[in-house]
Amino acid sequence: MGLLSKKDAKLITDPLADNNPITIQVLGICSALAITAQLNASIVMAISVMFVLAMGNVVISLLRNVIPSKIRIIVQLVIAAALVIIVDQILKAFAYELSKQLSVFVGLIITNCIIMGRFEAFALANGPWRSFLDGIGNSAGYGIILIIVAFFRELLGSGTLLGYKVLGDSIEKTGVYAFGYENNGFMLLAPMALITIGIIIWVQRARNIALIEHN
Amino acid sequence: MAKNTDSNVYTVLFASGMVLIVGALLAFVASSLKEKITENKRIEKQQNILYALGINENDETSVEFVSKNIVGAEFAKYITKQLVITGIEAVEDPNAYLIDIKKEAEEAKNPNYKRRLPLFVGEKDGITLYIVPVRGKGLWDAIWGYIALDNQLVVQGVYFDHQGETPGLGTNIKERFFMDDFKGEHILDGDTFKGITTSKGNADPKNLDKTDFEVDAIAGATITGDGLSAMLKKDLKMYVPYLKTLNQ
Repeated sequence: MGLLSKKDAKLITDPLADNNPITIQVLGICSALAITAQLNASIVMAISVMFVLAMGNVVISLLRNVIPSKIRIIVQLVIAAALVIIVDQILKAFAYELSKQLSVFVGLIITNCIIMGRFEAFALANGPWRSFLDGIGNSAGYGIILIIVAFFRELLGSGTLLGYKVLGDSIEKTGVYAFGYENNGFMLLAPMALITIGIIIWVQRARNIALIEHN
Repeated sequence: MAKNTDSNVYTVLFASGMVLIVGALLAFVASSLKEKITENKRIEKQQNILYALGINENDETSVEFVSKNIVGAEFAKYITKQLVITGIEAVEDPNAYLIDIKKEAEEAKNPNYKRRLPLFVGEKDGITLYIVPVRGKGLWDAIWGYIALDNQLVVQGVYFDHQGETPGLGTNIKERFFMDDFKGEHILDGDTFKGITTSKGNADPKNLDKTDFEVDAIAGATITGDGLSAMLKKDLKMYVPYLKTLNQ
């Protein structure tokens, strides 16, 4: 990579697999359970978090030497919330349909533990460019898991992908439904999202033994 | 120049400064965009009302409104009358669609307040439809909608929307598969008002029975569905005395 040094490139590639915020650090689980019933919603959430995390990381990193350590968590929260609200207001004025889609996510983005986690763990100790890369990397790692979970939940729970009926029509009994297949409504509920994430964690650690924690 | 960022004075000053700056920034953004946002909401309301009337650009499965550029003209063309109803009295008001039904519902808690109920009369393909706005509570936040009824009080179209229901579950109330189920449903049993309930296990997933006062519920969205049923019962009921006078 010409643009990024090896060390910088790792900031992006590490969170995608071996240091994934969801499967390794187990952060951001709340939103990963809440909004993965549909692939579409997951993609919107992934993009929104990427924007807020990258921007927020840069702002925190620029302020890192002047933020009083006693109230740093509150400062981080204010910056994340302010960014999200400003973006939401601008979308409401200029891209109203998009903001309607996002409305639900605004609260979820602010409270996403990955955002606070990266502010606290990385941006407070690193320069703006590296913080920006870290934000992109971590939100991409978060987004990938979201999309994988949503893929299985939407496919097995509703028989659709991005709203398209890929398995046939469950009421008219076409496609696989003609052979007696039924959608598993349980997949749409939050517990199955947790189990799906658990399976991903299992598969990932089975493939890379070095990731298994030892007590 | 090393600052003592741990001192109490610095901490308080930083916090106050941050609150002032962020507060001013948010206030500035909100007030400078307010006009545009209000305008967008007004247009959306017209699009929603037209949607319930059946004026939309849907293809097979999507929900598409008439475009922003023509919505004003379409609204003027199809919505022939806008009424404000109190009891069985109806007064015409060309801006009835701007009535804030949330505010009206709050004012109505005062027993001396005469609640103003907006009703939109539209005409499509020679049939007159009466579009009732409804508003209620979902799981997390407000839900609302527009119900188009003919003069026999049979539903001919609906539009539902929500503030913050769970993506993939409660948000499905604004999907075609759910909204289309309401078409043809009756809300009166003879003379008694029944409303429409979202129901599980009613053995009618294809929704062929239009006089059971039920539509198929959404899996995983029980509370949103219950809120929607309650909203329809409560808000439609207020209009029934007036609507009943239409076919006499």
